[in-house]
Amino acid sequence: MSPSHDARADQRTKTAARGEIIEIRALVAHPMETGYREGPNGAVIPRNIIKRFVCKYAGEEVFAAELFPAIAANPYIAFTTVATTTGTLTFEWIDDQGEVQAASAEITVT
Amino acid sequence: MSKYFDDSASSAEIFLRHTLNRRELLLRGTAGIIAFAIPLGAHARPTLDEAIRSFTGGAEVRTGRVKFEISPLVENGNAVPVSVDVESPMTAVDHVRRIALFNEKNPQADVAIFHLSARAGRARIATRIRLATSQVVVAAAEMSDGSFWMSKASVIVTLAACIEDVSKS
Amino acid sequence: MLMLMLWGSAVAQTPPQDKRSGFEFMSPQTQAMQTDASSNPGMLWMIDGERLWQQPQGSADKSCASCHGTAAKSMRGVATRYPRFDERSRKPIDLAGQINLCRQHRQSAPPLAHESDELLALSTYVAHQSHGMPITPAVDSRLRPFRENGRRWFERRLGQLQLSCASCHDDRAGARLGGSVIPQAHPTGYPLYRLEWQTIGSLQRRLRGCLVGVRAEPFEFGAPEYVDIELFLMSRAAGLKIETPAVRP
Repeated sequence: MSPSHDARADQRTKTAARGEIIEIRALVAHPMETGYREGPNGAVIPRNIIKRFVCKYAGEEVFAAELFPAIAANPYIAFTTVATTTGTLTFEWIDDQGEVQAASAEITVT
Repeated sequence: MSKYFDDSASSAEIFLRHTLNRRELLLRGTAGIIAFAIPLGAHARPTLDEAIRSFTGGAEVRTGRVKFEISPLVENGNAVPVSVDVESPMTAVDHVRRIALFNEKNPQADVAIFHLSARAGRARIATRIRLATSQVVVAAAEMSDGSFWMSKASVIVTLAACIEDVSKS
Repeated sequence: MLMLMLWGSAVAQTPPQDKRSGFEFMSPQTQAMQTDASSNPGMLWMIDGERLWQQPQGSADKSCASCHGTAAKSMRGVATRYPRFDERSRKPIDLAGQINLCRQHRQSAPPLAHESDELLALSTYVAHQSHGMPITPAVDSRLRPFRENGRRWFERRLGQLQLSCASCHDDRAGARLGGSVIPQAHPTGYPLYRLEWQTIGSLQRRLRGCLVGVRAEPFEFGAPEYVDIELFLMSRAAGLKIETPAVRP
């Protein structure tokens, strides 16, 4: 089963009024392998989780999460941020190996 | 209509929710797949109180201000929806700095720590967590004034009936 | 002949007005996970399927879109009518099987492996185009013997536990098995994200789970028995709406 390495942002809308609170829902495919499960041959499947999620807004970090194995597979994180300026929202998921998956979305603030 | 957010919202929030479907961002990353039930590891782990103390540095934790939504009865411990909503004006001088989730009986006590600031506008997060068995789960919040607040929930986790035993296939 | 008829009638069938999707047997939280597209994990595969639909494949260098254009138009209603009779093999074929047939004959591409992310993504994307539409089994008399075979498998006691599908899903739907409520077993939302699997999976995978559950040796993926059983289950579920990608515990 070959994984896809694309990180895509599916943008639905990009405008908000200044000062409006935007809700962001991020969903990413990842097994969040805990490191506590045994594989078919009895050996422990090594831990492999996303351990950090960061959202930056026009270059400034506005939200971050430290994740542990108790976060469900295909992690879902919903949070809010205030619309301040037209710019780019960037999202990064960093795993145990330090590999980064990134996506971004443009937001227009009126 | 989102389950996790209070329906008694201002017009700005309602506008936000109506446009929610257009504003959500779905992101695709690597997909991995292995599937069977999570075994309970008999590892030594911090107690719930110890985990909370690590988070607070020993400071007093008060109950209140933290609205912690998690179902008392869960169909499957692999993906338990939770939301945390902390009362706070979320201004530069008065806001929530961190929201943390801890559990009582998983192999590890930590679940997640969310870092917020006044930029959030609201101290609300939602996610899905894993619970290995019926247990107590805690949501704790650290305020910008250094105070700590928390809310506890007891959850019963039922296990799936017909599951595959992939180790035999 | 008489014995068969008695055997058949001894199985309690769900009257049409009591037909309910597994969705209705779930907790409100799990229901919300399914209905909210921004939090439904199955949508990750839906998005991937959308991408794969456009991607040229095989030595023919054709994408699904090359022949089928916009999936929302060409694939609308398709999932409501599968499995259908395949002329070449003279047997019913399921949606995943048809996707692989297209790959082989139209795209000159190798088949996608059972339960591979790519096959699940494409199946999810195609089936999702029928979301909200009622299951409308194909009217084709050639399917009858296969559907009847599927019915016999559904009613046959299997495994060490000697339980038939009907034992639980007809006779005891709504009752509890362990901590879980037994649903009626209508395949309305496949491929679906099963919380137990922590990923998306096909109806065949779920059927294997049932077979292992009664301590029977499961058929291999791709076995014709699964297609026959699906053919019967879809006819039994006629009228219920497609929910792909569903979420189930």
